[in-house]
Amino acid sequence: MSIMSYFKLPSLSYRVLKVWLRNKDVFMTTLKVNLLPPLLSPLLYLFAIGLGLGTYINNIEGVSYIEFIAPAMIAVSMMYASFFECTFGSYVRMYYQKTFDAIIATPLTIEEVITGEMLWGATRSTINATLVVIIVSIMGLAEYPHSLLIIPFSFVSGFLFACLGMCFTSISPNINTLTYPSILFITPMFLFSGTFFPLSLLPQILQYLAYAILPLTHIVMIIRSLTTGSLDIIMLGNFVWIAAASLILFVLSVNLMKKRLIV
Amino acid sequence: MVDFIAPVIVAQNLQKKFGELVAVEGISFTVEESEVFGFLGPNGAGKTTAMRMIQCVSPKDDGKLEVFGMDVNTHQKEIKKNIGVVPQENNLDPDFTVYENLFVYSRYFDIPKKESKERVNSLLEFVQLEEKKDVMTYMLSGGMKRRLILARALVNNPSLLILDEPTVGLDPQARHLLWEKIRGLKKQNVTIVLTTHYLEEAAYLCDRLVIMDYGKILVEGDPDNIVKKYIGSDVVEVDNTKPVISCLDKTDINYETLDSTVQIYTNEPKDISDRLMKECKFEKITVRSATLEDVFLKLTGRKLRE
Repeated sequence: MSIMSYFKLPSLSYRVLKVWLRNKDVFMTTLKVNLLPPLLSPLLYLFAIGLGLGTYINNIEGVSYIEFIAPAMIAVSMMYASFFECTFGSYVRMYYQKTFDAIIATPLTIEEVITGEMLWGATRSTINATLVVIIVSIMGLAEYPHSLLIIPFSFVSGFLFACLGMCFTSISPNINTLTYPSILFITPMFLFSGTFFPLSLLPQILQYLAYAILPLTHIVMIIRSLTTGSLDIIMLGNFVWIAAASLILFVLSVNLMKKRLIV
Repeated sequence: MVDFIAPVIVAQNLQKKFGELVAVEGISFTVEESEVFGFLGPNGAGKTTAMRMIQCVSPKDDGKLEVFGMDVNTHQKEIKKNIGVVPQENNLDPDFTVYENLFVYSRYFDIPKKESKERVNSLLEFVQLEEKKDVMTYMLSGGMKRRLILARALVNNPSLLILDEPTVGLDPQARHLLWEKIRGLKKQNVTIVLTTHYLEEAAYLCDRLVIMDYGKILVEGDPDNIVKKYIGSDVVEVDNTKPVISCLDKTDINYETLDSTVQIYTNEPKDISDRLMKECKFEKITVRSATLEDVFLKLTGRKLRE
């Protein structure tokens, strides 16, 4: 099979929103359970590392340590929300609940189902990021009005991680193998994307690698510019990287899923 | 609703492969409007594959397959809009209640909210699940789940209903209730295609049916005629013992030997049993009506498939 068959543009309609609505309805029925965990983990990091460890660090790139990691915590909450929604969440709906099978018996196509799932994943990122932004703002760690841009931006970066997650879901032989990308990709990204220390501390070659293959690097850079209120032309480059990666991974994930489910 | 004078489904030389395995090998059939059409066959015969091609979720590889006069590979949305599906495996949404399952499903068909509410309530009444309205689906019994799936398949007022083993694992009460619902739908001019392993179910429900094996259609016709053609009216059974076989071999009677019995397919059961009593002095002779099951086993053999 030719490689181009993995990059065929999906044909979509407004019906992708029906899948988004389905997931939103489920989310709303268990709202309280859904909102607490995403709030808790960034708060723990902010306190333990920001206020705890941070007391030994006076100044890092011109800001206090907690100010340095606050934008990273926003970025990480986006990453976790959509990545896990479109890996474990989507896998359960696809394989155990047969939700996708049920939906494609209606006028919806599998392309629309997968796209709807990823749009929902991006929405989860927006919800989580918004909550963390509120906390960070209350702690006085975000500049306004720049930080308001984080909300729409979280949808874009959430979509990127949703597509990435969906690619792994499409090739995962069972649900347990999904822990591999979580441990081997997401966790290193959590640590080495300029989150807890500046990228410049890494050896040159690893810096290049972080820019080349770790999406979180670009997302952290943009959010940090927004929370500190120091905009830079380089953000444009970051954004182009994110948009291009999203587009490629979006098309790839839909085609991979189609190959897995339509036989 | 769309008006059709032409057949609802036309298949010609339809083919589907999974790698090396040919799941459906050049089958042809037509299903007319408001007919109940059955697919029978052992496990792995290709029935479900054929169903999945008809409902546009598994593309055909070769041959022609048209539903409502449209090609299944190019007009999926238009076809699926007017089809209702009861899949073999229950796939109700465990995240929702009974009512929500139907309501959310109706949204996939673009049914307006107000209309959908009315329709969902009347469908719940139709399958006698009004009292379970607010129950999560995993709390339902097997029979209730099947009824709810039937209701879900009807949410878009389909003109073609596809039932893949609709009564599998149900108790006789639940099965008979479903049968009555299916016959009721037929009266409302819904065309129904079904697969089943219960041959009395096929005989009771189907106007016409095919028996498939190894991806091919072995016979096609209405259940009574198929039985008459391949078996006759009755089956005479005697014990399988050496004296029985040696006596039968002296007569011109055709028989089939099974492990413990010998079966004779006939249209004159009285003649045969009289002759056997006289000529062979058998004491134990059973005469029963021939059934679809006899045809099925005669054509597809008695060997286990899986």
